[in-house]
Amino acid sequence: MNARSFLPGATTRLAIHARRIGAAVALALLAGCATAPGGNPKDPFESFNRSVFRFNDGVDTAVLRPAATAYRQTLPSMVRTGIGNFFGNLGDVWNFANSVLQLRLQASADNFMRLNVNTIFGLGGLLDIATEAGIDRHNEDFGQTLGRWGVPSGPYLVLPLLGPSTVRDASVLPIDRIGDPLTYVDGGLARGSLAVLRVVDARSNFLRAGQLLDDAALDKYSFTRDAHLQRRANDVYDGNPPENGE
Amino acid sequence: MNLSLQRRGFGRFALASVLLVGAVVAGMRPAQAADEAPDALVKRLSTDVLETIKADKSIKSGDVQKIMVLVDGKIMPNVNFQRMTASAVGPAWRQATPEQKGRLQDEFKTLLVRSYAGALDQVSDQSVVVRPFRGSPDDKEVLIRTEVRGQGDPVQLDYRLEKTPGEGAGWKVYNINVLGVWLVDTYRSQFAEEINRKGLDGLIGALADRNKTNGARR
Repeated sequence: MNARSFLPGATTRLAIHARRIGAAVALALLAGCATAPGGNPKDPFESFNRSVFRFNDGVDTAVLRPAATAYRQTLPSMVRTGIGNFFGNLGDVWNFANSVLQLRLQASADNFMRLNVNTIFGLGGLLDIATEAGIDRHNEDFGQTLGRWGVPSGPYLVLPLLGPSTVRDASVLPIDRIGDPLTYVDGGLARGSLAVLRVVDARSNFLRAGQLLDDAALDKYSFTRDAHLQRRANDVYDGNPPENGE
Repeated sequence: MNLSLQRRGFGRFALASVLLVGAVVAGMRPAQAADEAPDALVKRLSTDVLETIKADKSIKSGDVQKIMVLVDGKIMPNVNFQRMTASAVGPAWRQATPEQKGRLQDEFKTLLVRSYAGALDQVSDQSVVVRPFRGSPDDKEVLIRTEVRGQGDPVQLDYRLEKTPGEGAGWKVYNINVLGVWLVDTYRSQFAEEINRKGLDGLIGALADRNKTNGARR
């Protein structure tokens, strides 16, 4: 893409997204007024979040989980691994950019090496040679970059279809989208199918985890919330959050 | 003559002392060996458990009875499960009767074992790498970080251990972190919700119900 065509597109997307997030936050604030006292301080929008969570769970049960199960049953594991590797490699572009923005040298070097090795020697990313060679992936997104430089995560927010997030992470989703190579695939159909394939593939890796969550949680909503917030704090600090565990 | 006797006597005394000291030192050695370093303990234990799972098909397929035997035999002796349960329950623990405390621990343990039993068929060629220990040997509580390596991205698995008071009692795990999420902490607000709504017995009931549902499905 050239800069001229890219920028207006990006700003429009940004504007649309900002509006959507704005609406979500406004709704959340309204719902927040109904939150019972004594709720979790990290989750002032709990009643709003719970209803979105229920909606997402419904969509997952009705559409996503069956699709992911079928995907897992139909495609041989080698093909699925290739698909997972391919999208993982695309993701390493943004992982690399953000590890640079966070001034994490080791992570930047690793992600850069991964991208090159897997794209050139791994048939465009279908093979994950880098992991086998011991170069680990460092998952970084723009929300983590902001966290690295001190921006607090803000309240917990469950986004329709996208799931658990926080106000900080949700507000930078449009920026994350700029860093997603799929955004630049020409043709809505091709882009759409790739996006669907990526979601189904990702979900197929969490079928077992979903079952575990059903079994292990007394309240799936708070289990997911507490796990998500901890996980994000852990990711921001690359595994060394300032105070953790009891 | 007298002097030489005295000398011999002194010699025997010296020999006896050396032997005695030697015996004491030798006797102490097993106690010191039991005070295994926490990172060594985690390495030994996780490798042992992983190998046991790999070697036993019925454990891998989620046979809860067999997994319970493994948990009680190998894992629980190295875990302070009372502390884990108390910490998940929060301030209400102090008001619990000994009987409630016992039931809470039993149900919580069953919940954890049943939920994670289903994930064991994922065990194949993984191995555990203990990352360099960053604490001091004098610490009473330590963080041991490990990575489970297999296919795909490595899985972060960290442990918090406490030194049990008394010589040779060793280290016990009191919290586990999977992929950046502390197990005990994740249960804290769920438990608090139940306690706020229905009290400690309500929580025990909710745990028991969940265990019954999970047990019926398998």
